[in-house]
Amino acid sequence: MKQTLYLAWRYLAYHKVKTIILVFSITLIVYLPIGLRVLVDQSSQQLTARAEATPLIVGAKGSPLELVLNTLYFRSDYPELMRYEQATRISSSQLATAIPMYVRFNAQGHPIVGTSFEYFEYRGLQVVAGRQLGILGECVVGSRVADALDIGPGDFVISSPESVFDLAGVYPLRMRVAGVLGFSDTADDDAIFVDVRTTWIIQGLGHGHQDLTRPEAAAAVLTRDSSNVVGNAAVVQYNEITEDNIDSFHFHGDVSGNPLTAVVALPPDQRASALLQGRYQGDDEVAQIARPVTVMNELLATILTVQGFVTAGAVIVGIATLATAALVFMLSLRLRRREIETLFKIGGSRMSVASVMASEIVAVLLAGAVLAGGLTFLTSQFGSAVIRAFIRM
Amino acid sequence: MIRIDELEFRYGEGEFSLRVPSLDVKDGSATACIGPSGSGKTTLLNLIAGIIAPQRGSIYTNDVEVSALSDEERRSFRIKTVGLVFQEFELLDYLTVLDNILLPYRINPALKLASSVRERAGSLAEQMGIGDKLGRHPGKLSQGERQRVAVCRAVLPEPVLLLTDEPTGNLDPANKGLVLDIILEYARENAATLMTVTHDHDLLARFDSVIDIKDFGVIGEAAGGEER
Repeated sequence: MKQTLYLAWRYLAYHKVKTIILVFSITLIVYLPIGLRVLVDQSSQQLTARAEATPLIVGAKGSPLELVLNTLYFRSDYPELMRYEQATRISSSQLATAIPMYVRFNAQGHPIVGTSFEYFEYRGLQVVAGRQLGILGECVVGSRVADALDIGPGDFVISSPESVFDLAGVYPLRMRVAGVLGFSDTADDDAIFVDVRTTWIIQGLGHGHQDLTRPEAAAAVLTRDSSNVVGNAAVVQYNEITEDNIDSFHFHGDVSGNPLTAVVALPPDQRASALLQGRYQGDDEVAQIARPVTVMNELLATILTVQGFVTAGAVIVGIATLATAALVFMLSLRLRRREIETLFKIGGSRMSVASVMASEIVAVLLAGAVLAGGLTFLTSQFGSAVIRAFIRM
Repeated sequence: MIRIDELEFRYGEGEFSLRVPSLDVKDGSATACIGPSGSGKTTLLNLIAGIIAPQRGSIYTNDVEVSALSDEERRSFRIKTVGLVFQEFELLDYLTVLDNILLPYRINPALKLASSVRERAGSLAEQMGIGDKLGRHPGKLSQGERQRVAVCRAVLPEPVLLLTDEPTGNLDPANKGLVLDIILEYARENAATLMTVTHDHDLLARFDSVIDIKDFGVIGEAAGGEER
């Protein structure tokens, strides 16, 4: 047996290119369907884990998938906006705790999540460096944001304008990092959290500027009467909220009309959940309520259907590749007919010669299977990280 | 010795057939077998070696009726008794020179590849002037060197019958003489019976006897037979 394996090994080692191509082909045949399955399973777990931990999401009518993806993963274009009063409506119904979410803006490639303190408690997010949000204009950052931007408490992040071509748009807001959250291996690690009112300031719904009633601001006053002061273009707008200027920040109009992308609703029990869902069933209702698990399961069903097609494709390609590999082996045997005859003539039995040839085939198949196993193992270990990286792209 | 009686062999349903009414080759003798291309010289070697079996008649080699043995028994007989050298060398390009020489031991479980066999392979290669090429592949060798590797492979198991099929057919004059010297010397030193198929009439003088397969008669005692 040792000699048989030795001869097979020498043949494969001498014909390196052919061997590598065959092993690679077998690896792909085995790995593609299995690796895909592992990846889909991990994706399913990733997608459903966060969805299962989020009972209900209320948002403006529109795509429930967009609403859920934006609220849970801070991904996708932001959904239709709804008024802040929807959060108040849920709170006052006493059927659920309402956590406002405004996920629209970005800072240096990371989503800015405007929310309330309840969010951190609900997701179990702890500040591991610095402190929690203290004043308007501060932020706490997820662990991966801190790593990626190399920032910590006391540093700053600057919000990105929605469009560089919008000259009349909102100036970027410079936000001081109050703290860094611990690693949670969720989308929270990639987010920058601020008070929801800070996001409204980023949008320009609230702002701060020099006090026009003070004598040193006279140059910035356009008109003044007994009840109103109108500033001109020289008025100094603040693009950073500090303890010195925080009192100058204010919102014009009714805050209840300010926008949100969603409200995470946390009902205390099934009954409250059912009652709350019932309130959003009316035809004239402007908001929708979504169960993230249901939405994600529908998405997964689509993914699984796609996976079925991909697997079927992989199987067809696999069969074709196997047939080609079999053809390669058969042609190889024909080309080696003289070698086989020589082995017979010098005393090799049919069994010995067949064993050498079979060992070569088995070695190629085994190497392909082992490589595929290794790749599958790597996929099971790092697949979720790759998926997350892919999702973040 | 080799004794053939009323031998008849035909490949399948083809027209070619070989008939040998009678042939005797003495133990330890060196015999050349000549004849035109396609006359059956290689077939005769294959019959004597037990690679193929005749439809009729008998072949005795070293008192064993080879023609009466089963396929497996003929294979076993071949391993123990026969060494084969082919015109085209038939070396395996993916094995080194040493592995090619050791090939009978690697492909036959009946032959044990002991360290003494490796040593003998090394010294044989030294004797044949290819001792420094044991790690090379046949593709890197000259024709003469390849045939010497093939001769080493044939004689390593120390066969008592050496059958060589045009061993000098592809060689230049210098290598022809060298390879034939090696084969004849092995046969003489080991008292082995040698039968060589050749087209080269210049070499016939070095054999004890010559068989012309065309009319199947021993056409004469080689004048220089004592040289071997």
